[in-house]
Amino acid sequence: MGYVAAKGGRYAILNAEKLVDYFRLKGRTLPLNVKTIEEQFRLACDKVMSEGSLYAPELAALALKQAEGDIIEASFLLRAYRSTLPRIGYSEPVDTEEMFILRRISSAFKDIPGGQILGPTRDYIQRLLRFELLDEKKEKKYKSFSHIKEGKLVQKVPKLVNLLREEGLLPKPKVEKDEEPYDITRCALVFPLPRSGVLQAMARGEEGGMMAIAYSSMRGYGDTHPTLAELRVGYVFLKIKHPLTGKTVKVGEILATEAEVIAGKPTQAGEEVPQFTLGYGLVFGHNERKAISMAMLDITMRVQEPKHPAESQEFVICHIDSIESSGFTAHWKLPHYVTFQSDLDRLRKIQKEKNLKIKVKSKK
Amino acid sequence: MTEMIKGYNFAFIDEYAKREIRRKILKAVSIPGYQVPFGSRELPIARGWGTGGLQITLSLIGKEDILKVIDQGCDDSVNAVNIKRFIKATTGISITADTLKATIIQTRHRIPEEELTEAQILVFQVPYPEPLRLVEPQEAQTRRMHAEMDYAKIWVFLYENIVKWKEITIGARYPVFVNGRYIMDPSPIPRYDVPRLNYARTLYLFGAGREKRIYAIPPFTEVKPLEFEDHRFRIEDFTAKSCALCGSKDTFLDEIVDGDRRIFTCSDTSFCKKRREDPNIPKSSVKK
Repeated sequence: MGYVAAKGGRYAILNAEKLVDYFRLKGRTLPLNVKTIEEQFRLACDKVMSEGSLYAPELAALALKQAEGDIIEASFLLRAYRSTLPRIGYSEPVDTEEMFILRRISSAFKDIPGGQILGPTRDYIQRLLRFELLDEKKEKKYKSFSHIKEGKLVQKVPKLVNLLREEGLLPKPKVEKDEEPYDITRCALVFPLPRSGVLQAMARGEEGGMMAIAYSSMRGYGDTHPTLAELRVGYVFLKIKHPLTGKTVKVGEILATEAEVIAGKPTQAGEEVPQFTLGYGLVFGHNERKAISMAMLDITMRVQEPKHPAESQEFVICHIDSIESSGFTAHWKLPHYVTFQSDLDRLRKIQKEKNLKIKVKSKK
Repeated sequence: MTEMIKGYNFAFIDEYAKREIRRKILKAVSIPGYQVPFGSRELPIARGWGTGGLQITLSLIGKEDILKVIDQGCDDSVNAVNIKRFIKATTGISITADTLKATIIQTRHRIPEEELTEAQILVFQVPYPEPLRLVEPQEAQTRRMHAEMDYAKIWVFLYENIVKWKEITIGARYPVFVNGRYIMDPSPIPRYDVPRLNYARTLYLFGAGREKRIYAIPPFTEVKPLEFEDHRFRIEDFTAKSCALCGSKDTFLDEIVDGDRRIFTCSDTSFCKKRREDPNIPKSSVKK
């Protein structure tokens, strides 16, 4: 017999594990320092923290090292690690007006209170390969950085949407006091999903998936043509209520990207005064594409009767989680010979019933 | 086979999560065939690779348990081995390939050939918990359809199949009626295994990790495949075929391509091994 069904799995698995390490290190280059990854693959680490849904820069860098730079695999490592951590409590809501600004722009007005702050962006850099980086010398670079003082970030830059709200162009947010957020890590998704659940699902969603669906709406499957009211990147304090004193205390800071888009569609059914609609995106780390995509989807999903994929809450939320979509995509590599046997049996029977048989030339 | 890994809770997930899962299992047992949503945790095994079944197993398992894990009926298949490696490393419990010795059996796509008893639990890994997904993509709709027992669409689907093909096209994952109330997806077991769900002595638990649902068939529950009076449910046809290794004619067989030939072997590798030692060993050791 030429074939023995998938036996000896144990040894094959152990050897596969060894080979993975071998291919990572076989070139005998210096093993990557985790701190180097954290600092020089800053954006990749941010993406991993965001999609892994755990703010832990060092662990994100470690995951990237272990996964040989595969973002989805690294996010998966972080997400699995997250399951081992107890949830101690919820933080206080973050006021992003208090953000220490790295970058802040608005495309709604030419000038805005607090000014346009370009910050670290590639938006206006020509995408030319810089061959000098093939052999980068550190000393020379450091000298040119001497006048940059990151310690003096501006804070309390007024938010544009607040100004628009004061003018009555945007509705005031409905704040429910002490409302418990719908936590999708503790409750299964139900539809319609409460807004807190929708925002949480998108905050941990995959950039590529979200961008594709948001893009479909911008391009023509839907009619979203919003204006980016404000995009800001910076540090915000993480605050919790002290369990003993009940006072609000700072426990750390996180880097976050926030996008606010306003839709040109002024009226909503049942509204007396026409107003703009606000779409909101907030993600861990520096990730503008994801924050904008999230804000766009936040708007497209408000449509009462969905006609396009981006407008269906269930469609969007069920398909943007990279841990779930990648796992299921990969599962087709698992053996399926029992189910295939059942399918074979059906097809043979149907061919026989219908007296249909595709004629195949015999080999000999 | 593997050393215990340090720094993790017994059976990996935290005790609060285990309690939640056990509560959801109790609800599932109380409403046979009803899909109970649960807060599915991410595990170090990928989604779609058995994380639903695995969360059930991890939340039920104790130090005295003896575990068997199969994939397509086989104990030695790579994913079954990987799952066992993970559970062993986080619990240290005993592992067996012998169906009759196991207290908990986790399975993908098969029910072991040997009849299980009241003392055992069979945990199924489920990719698609929703039997109506075939005819309705939206979760909000399928939940309503179950609540109202609005099952017309799936009956029409089966009927149209027969009209068009003179046969129902569903291979594995054949929908069943549980306790006269809910239509349920039995996971992608072959149709051969479907009648074995009916009035079984064992507790059957189903876990879908990615889709975040748990459901159950308690012991001695009526489970019927969907069929018509004039078009009966039919299992896979292995007429005139037998296992090339043990000679069994009464087991589910895997078809293997061997050059120009097709040969067949038992899908349940553990039982096949027993039959090779004793060809007369029965499938049921339960005294009736």
